[in-house]
Amino acid sequence: MTSIILLSVLGIINLFFGFLRSNKILLPAAMVILALVFGANLLDWNAASQSYFSDMLTIDRYSVAFTAIMVLTTLLLIPFSQKYVRDGEENLAEYYSLLLFSLVGAIMMVSYDNLLMLFVGIEILSVSMYVLAGSDKRNVRSNEAALKYFLMGSFATGILLFGIALVYGATGTFQLTQINAGIVNPANASLQPMLYIGMLLMFIGISFKVSAAPFHYWTPDVYEGTPTFFTAFMSTVVKTAGFAAFFKLLMAAFFAAKGFWIPTIMAITVLTLLIGNVGAVAQTSIKRMLAYSSISHAGYLFIGLVAVNGKLSANGLFFYSLAYSVATIAAFAVLKLVSDQRQREDYAGFNGLAKTNPLLAFVMTVAMLSLAGIPLTGGFFGKFFIFGAAIDRGYIGLIVFAVVMSMVSIYYYLRPVIAMYMRPAEDDSTTPIVVGGFQSAVLVLLALLTVVLGLLPGLLSDVFQ
Amino acid sequence: MLTVFLLLFPVAAALLLHFAKGNAARVLALGAALLEFAVAVFAAVSASLNMAPGHSAAAYSVFSVNIPWIASAGINFHVGMDGLSLLMVLLTTFLVPLIILASFRHDYPNASAFYALILFMQTGLIGVFVSLDAFLFYFFWEVALIPIYFIAGVWGGERRIQVTFKFFLYTIIGSLFMLAAFVYLYFQTDINNAGLTSDIDAFYNLTLTASQQAWVFWLIFIAFAVKMPIFPFHTWQPDTYTESPVPATMLLSGIMLKMGIYGTLRWLLPIVPLGTSQWGKVVMILAVIGIIYGAIIAIRQRDMKRLIAYSSLSHVGLMAAGVFSLTFIGLQGAVIQMLAHGVNVVGMFFIADIIQRRTGTRDISELGGLTRNTPLLSVCFLVLLLGTVALPLTNGFVGEFLLLAGVYQYNMWLGAVAGITIILAAVYLLRMFQRVMLGPETSFTASIQDLTGSELAVLVPLIVLVFWIGLFPNMFLRISEPAVLQILTLVNR
Repeated sequence: MTSIILLSVLGIINLFFGFLRSNKILLPAAMVILALVFGANLLDWNAASQSYFSDMLTIDRYSVAFTAIMVLTTLLLIPFSQKYVRDGEENLAEYYSLLLFSLVGAIMMVSYDNLLMLFVGIEILSVSMYVLAGSDKRNVRSNEAALKYFLMGSFATGILLFGIALVYGATGTFQLTQINAGIVNPANASLQPMLYIGMLLMFIGISFKVSAAPFHYWTPDVYEGTPTFFTAFMSTVVKTAGFAAFFKLLMAAFFAAKGFWIPTIMAITVLTLLIGNVGAVAQTSIKRMLAYSSISHAGYLFIGLVAVNGKLSANGLFFYSLAYSVATIAAFAVLKLVSDQRQREDYAGFNGLAKTNPLLAFVMTVAMLSLAGIPLTGGFFGKFFIFGAAIDRGYIGLIVFAVVMSMVSIYYYLRPVIAMYMRPAEDDSTTPIVVGGFQSAVLVLLALLTVVLGLLPGLLSDVFQ
Repeated sequence: MLTVFLLLFPVAAALLLHFAKGNAARVLALGAALLEFAVAVFAAVSASLNMAPGHSAAAYSVFSVNIPWIASAGINFHVGMDGLSLLMVLLTTFLVPLIILASFRHDYPNASAFYALILFMQTGLIGVFVSLDAFLFYFFWEVALIPIYFIAGVWGGERRIQVTFKFFLYTIIGSLFMLAAFVYLYFQTDINNAGLTSDIDAFYNLTLTASQQAWVFWLIFIAFAVKMPIFPFHTWQPDTYTESPVPATMLLSGIMLKMGIYGTLRWLLPIVPLGTSQWGKVVMILAVIGIIYGAIIAIRQRDMKRLIAYSSLSHVGLMAAGVFSLTFIGLQGAVIQMLAHGVNVVGMFFIADIIQRRTGTRDISELGGLTRNTPLLSVCFLVLLLGTVALPLTNGFVGEFLLLAGVYQYNMWLGAVAGITIILAAVYLLRMFQRVMLGPETSFTASIQDLTGSELAVLVPLIVLVFWIGLFPNMFLRISEPAVLQILTLVNR
């Protein structure tokens, strides 16, 4: 709870820093705030779980762990927020505050105990993201992204709300555990169709937010148009929050109806894996490739939901989200540095990067190997734990399919690596990319984190006992 | 602890290498590789002191280290060496310094990264040979792949990008099948609720039905078949060997190929004995097809490097056939042939590289008459070549003789067909020697220099081993004997 309060209060204070008209102070201030929140959040780890707002919100180990991932992700991402060429049009204070506020929404999404809190959390997160998607005000693509995201997003929100209403109608409560009791209750048997339709509508709403197929159509366009920094935030924090929320919803509220939703989620999983991976193959822009890759990773995360394997699933989701977030922000950070200074986002823009910027090339390679799930990196153990949880439940066919899909993914994750190391630089891109000292340090930290997760997964593989 | 040192030292040296530039980098790398070899020899000597005649595999338990890695999942950092592993580690640590030395004549840009990757790969290779936990084995299996991909992809020839990409995809897809099988086996280990574990002994003790074993067999086999490679999984091999820079080709053919054979011995046959007895025949036939196929294509090659690549394909087929004969003599033959082939093929690729560097071509039809100016080179070439052809007194003879005897015990007809390999090898190799070294000189070869000191420093140890293994094979066979017997006991249970 401290983290929510800190974020809200400090977020407002952060807005006032904007009046100082000094961009130098904004970034350190935002980082200090996030570091404070990260520490305050961890303090709750050993405390007994606490409920707030008439049991609508519970801070327990589950929420603390996922909050930690999201705050850490933001903290490590934010050094890459500023533009290489300042045009004086940025309102950095506002953007940072919106990020902090959106984190409040994300934290609510991982600690809710009541569907209303889930809805409020999703809305806080989404509304901030609509604004941030359009933050590059003079850029048509950014405007298009914001408009698309807003229209589609509010539609999805409506569907989600409708679903919540129907579930309420079928069970008479918004409280997660009571919903589960309501499903079991024989008196509600005649309301089963209403419940199922409600669940389906809720799944559609959340699937949209985590960009799962077939509700993913907005993803490539919005990711591409949104300024890279916020794209990175979308594909890590928003996704982590979405999946943590989804998992909690399925386990706590709809567990009794799992005979109904497991096939449904399974269908979404297969479709998401297929569309994400096959879609990424065809891309020529790295940013769009990463957009499809984020769809495909939603598919892998879904496997953890389908497995319904209690501790194993939760641990798998945690580890996967962490490894995925770290690798993804590393990839987006490098992409942002390169695309800002070379004005292009395609593979050829990365040609010869290993010669001009060995560090950037190395970090990008580690990130790509991790996303592809190759050993030595955290991504491998993320897949390993998630697939293990599913195999333990006998989903052999699903895992075979997922493994085939990750074979496909090797194709597109290797392409930037090949461009950086094996192709010569193009004539106009032989000058090294300018990277700040602090940014370099953060990049090294990201690569190191990925490798440590890949060498010593035991450190974090068993957080929920 | 020796095992852990052998594993970690190359990585440490590789990291140090980043602070060295150019010439210093390769000298440092060579020093590290030599030290690593010294430690491996020390390990071998200290182990052989403990060995009474008829010693058991347990004599090697001193090398074993077992600490938790992912404690909650029952996955351990379990490494150790028995005779088989020890021989493979000796081969690796012996070849890596020679491979580094062999690259001295080339001026590779960004040398520190190049040699760091070689040392990094050494850790992966040794890890594969000493792992006694399935996931640790898989981990090192992939760790060995990443550096070689970069070595071949960054410093390779013109078509390197497509070729290494194909190589990477092939091997990684193969190994993902193996991983799937390991995960499946891992979830079968929870007998009597003792908890899941991926330890090799637990895998050996699994009681799977014949049909379960059948498909586990194929899943694991594909990974090893791609690595060796066995026909029809070989299509990446000739291109990759040809396009890679020489050190990478040597690493691939001299050591990495043995990962497949070693893996079959340690992680396939004893785990799924029923699957092996059911499907071993098919593999035998594939292996024998590979022997003949590789040899026939080798006859038609004009590029020396490509010719050696196909010859290697043919030889590895014979090793696989020996392994799948499941006879003591065949397995022992495979072990000794792994050593012999490692020595010979590295030597042959080095000779091809020397000739190419001096003359600017590897095309057999453009070469000729080298013997006149290069007596030393000719002698070295001939010795290594005869070792590959398996002339008596050389290392190749011991290996191929035992292998063919094993295959013959398994099935007379297969033995007879596989035996043709010796004749075919003599045909294509002697023909290469004749065209390259004898006959009239060409414009390419008129003013060729003989071997220099550093080149001799690579070739002499190799030639010593050609005769050493050829004359005293028992020294090596004795080390691997208990391990091979243990594998056969597990296979025939």
